[in-house]
Amino acid sequence: MALLEFAQEGIFCPLAGVYIDPWKPVKRALITHGHADHARWGSQSYLCTHAARPVIRLRLGPVNLSSVDYGEPVYINGVRFSFWPAGHVVGSAQIEVSYKGETWVVSGDYKTEYDGLSEAFEPRRCEYFVTESTFGLPVYNWSPQSEVFEAINNWWAENREAGRVTLLTGYALGKAQRIIRHLDTAIGPIYTHGAIENVNEVLRAQGVALPDTIRLSSGMQAKDVAGGIIVAPPSAASGPWLKKFKDLSVGVASGWMSIRGARRRRAVERGFVLSDHADWRGLNAVIEATGASTVYVTHGYTEIFSRWLREKGLQAFELKTEFQGELHEMNEADTTED
Amino acid sequence: MKDFASLVIALDQTTKTNERVRALAEYLGKVSDRDKLWTIAILSHRRPKRTVTTTLLRNWAAEKADLPQWLFEDSYHVVGDLAETIALLLPPPSQHSDRTLSDWIAFIRELEVLSEADKKARILEAWDSLGHEERFIFNKLITGGFRIGISQKLMVRALALFTGLEENLLAHRLMGAWSPDTDRFDQLLIEDNPSDQLSRPYPFYLCYALEGSVEELGDPANWMAERKWDGIRAQLIVRAGNLFVWSRGEELMTDKFPEFEPLAGVLPDYTVLDGEILPFREGIPLDFQALQTRIGRKQVTRKVLQEVPVILMGYDLLELGGKDLRQHSFADRRKALCHLLEQPDMPEVLKISPELPFTDWAAVARERADSRKYHCEGLMLKHKDSTYQQGRKKGEWWKWKVDPMTIDAVMIYAQQGHGRRANLFTDFTFAVRDGEAWVPFTKAYSGLTDAEFQAITHWVRKNTLERFGPVRSVSPVQVFELAFEGISASPRHKSGIALRFPRMLRWRKDKQPEAANTLQDLKDMLESYGE
Repeated sequence: MALLEFAQEGIFCPLAGVYIDPWKPVKRALITHGHADHARWGSQSYLCTHAARPVIRLRLGPVNLSSVDYGEPVYINGVRFSFWPAGHVVGSAQIEVSYKGETWVVSGDYKTEYDGLSEAFEPRRCEYFVTESTFGLPVYNWSPQSEVFEAINNWWAENREAGRVTLLTGYALGKAQRIIRHLDTAIGPIYTHGAIENVNEVLRAQGVALPDTIRLSSGMQAKDVAGGIIVAPPSAASGPWLKKFKDLSVGVASGWMSIRGARRRRAVERGFVLSDHADWRGLNAVIEATGASTVYVTHGYTEIFSRWLREKGLQAFELKTEFQGELHEMNEADTTED
Repeated sequence: MKDFASLVIALDQTTKTNERVRALAEYLGKVSDRDKLWTIAILSHRRPKRTVTTTLLRNWAAEKADLPQWLFEDSYHVVGDLAETIALLLPPPSQHSDRTLSDWIAFIRELEVLSEADKKARILEAWDSLGHEERFIFNKLITGGFRIGISQKLMVRALALFTGLEENLLAHRLMGAWSPDTDRFDQLLIEDNPSDQLSRPYPFYLCYALEGSVEELGDPANWMAERKWDGIRAQLIVRAGNLFVWSRGEELMTDKFPEFEPLAGVLPDYTVLDGEILPFREGIPLDFQALQTRIGRKQVTRKVLQEVPVILMGYDLLELGGKDLRQHSFADRRKALCHLLEQPDMPEVLKISPELPFTDWAAVARERADSRKYHCEGLMLKHKDSTYQQGRKKGEWWKWKVDPMTIDAVMIYAQQGHGRRANLFTDFTFAVRDGEAWVPFTKAYSGLTDAEFQAITHWVRKNTLERFGPVRSVSPVQVFELAFEGISASPRHKSGIALRFPRMLRWRKDKQPEAANTLQDLKDMLESYGE
């Protein structure tokens, strides 16, 4: 019996009877982070990190939810489970599973660059590594975030100068806070869409330092937010509520913005290449750092990335999951996060 | 080339027309005259000749990026643009270059005579001295097809803003055969030089499709109707005893049509006709495909001339005896055209597009319904008072096309699109049923909204049966209503049928694949409407 199996409900440890990020309701779920495709409703009990807990509570409501510290082992039927920073969003974790000297790591979603908010990614040694591959293609390589935020702040300052309102979209959990954390508050006030401000409040309450933000209310007019920047989720980037901001400059912060076609298709003025997932170099560096000889490739460019790993001499398999790193980010109308 | 790269970035960053025009005008104010001319040339599709094949570029880029060829190709399918793929995959540059746009174009043209090894060395040198945006542009200059959202019309607007000259004047001066090698910016666009450019055509007057009801055009007595011929729109020019034939795509095609040669001696000197080149035999137009094939041939042989003879179906007279008639009314121009072409010594290769008689719109509608009989796409309606304008304008000329033929078909293959549609499945192959089998018969790429392409992309990803490189076979489930303009027998296709201008009219989510049309239905259509 393998330590981890890939079952219909999700990644399953038969020995312990627990699932990792199951996409169907199960008895006991271990959760890497609070994004909707990883933390799904309906299971009988959930376990996550202390830092991920408040957001998961916000999203799943009054479920049976317990939490542990990073690195703190939990034994279930003799199997050792521990959570390690994934650098994806605040509280996000890779889940390490070991039993009798065999070690697996399920990455969840991860990125290697420290973003100033999320606990910095720590590679774990293991024999079996289950990795995401959202940007598992060599065309995706990120610039250091300091450059991206400089560009974002310059754009905002130019808009302010020209009397325009600035709107930047990013996912409500993670991306939005990362943006807010690095905006230059000397330029002007930061306004937030409600979905983002709800998460801000939860994170502030657990001690995450974020600059002051003002919750956007329906009564606000263009003159009230003049010179400011509005941070909103992607789903809010189009829609009748924007009509009142006549002179508006819209930007999108996403890894997909690397590609000109994707930028042009959205007809946005600015596409900033900013992702909470590892880029091509990051994925390769992490896999090497794990020392894993067997790699299971989930959501993303699974077929291409697993073939690439096989050619490098690893045992690599493509895994069908219902994680949506690729799909939903591609879909402008979707409201879920990465 | 940094200025040009900044221009491309600026154009990508705004969707507002005025800002684009301003960005281009500001750029023109910054760069040298040579760079100006090359910019205009590139934006009007006069790019330098390709001196390196894309296969070589792919190989060198994959090698430089230290990637296997298959991974390079897979990346290309996702990015949807070769120039951009290469720019994204190469390692960061270690050098720096201040070459201008013109310098780089000269650099690319010099490659032509070099050996493959020398070409490679120079290309790698270039890649290593350019940043991401400049690399992308450099690659685009080599591979061609520059789409940066500046139409000819916008370019002329920007030139007008920059030079202070009239748009119409500039548009005319930019027509025809000029090249940054032989022309100077001032001499081409600024200086008044009536004697030059005998071959220069007038900007074509184009029209929009009539969308509302024809009655909205008002009194039928103010309008003229003729068939909308399905050939190649062209201007035929005789000046100083020379003949020039220009296509609407501003391609000089004189040599492709030796039939027109005698006209230089027959038409009065300084005459410009606007009309349609049609494949034509025994009083009726042939299938447009025949003309396509003929144009594709390198040499116009006697056999070709016999098999696919052409005529010019004239419908407008723009210049006569050196006098520009474009500001005269269409009725007057038409009268002059008839007078000219009805002279007894006029060769058979020149015909007048007949005026369709009518007194009410119902009669016009009846003529329209007959279009397919004449291998026509519909009718042209022109206001009798209309002057000959430039570019696509609404109001006085309309095309009133026949409704397309339609068929319900099932998607069986999907492929990702390019450029703006990269990473979306937009190119589909459709099949009809033949008993238990699905017989592919056409591809279609257009007609859905972005949101629909998003949704179908999502579906394709989840319902892929097999992958063949960039192509995926999918479960035969999704039904689409396809529209097309013509149907003909084709031994090259498995179905034995070829469609003209197929596109997706509707995604029939309400239909099951069993309810789609069959191969027999297609054959029946071929029987009734085949060309």
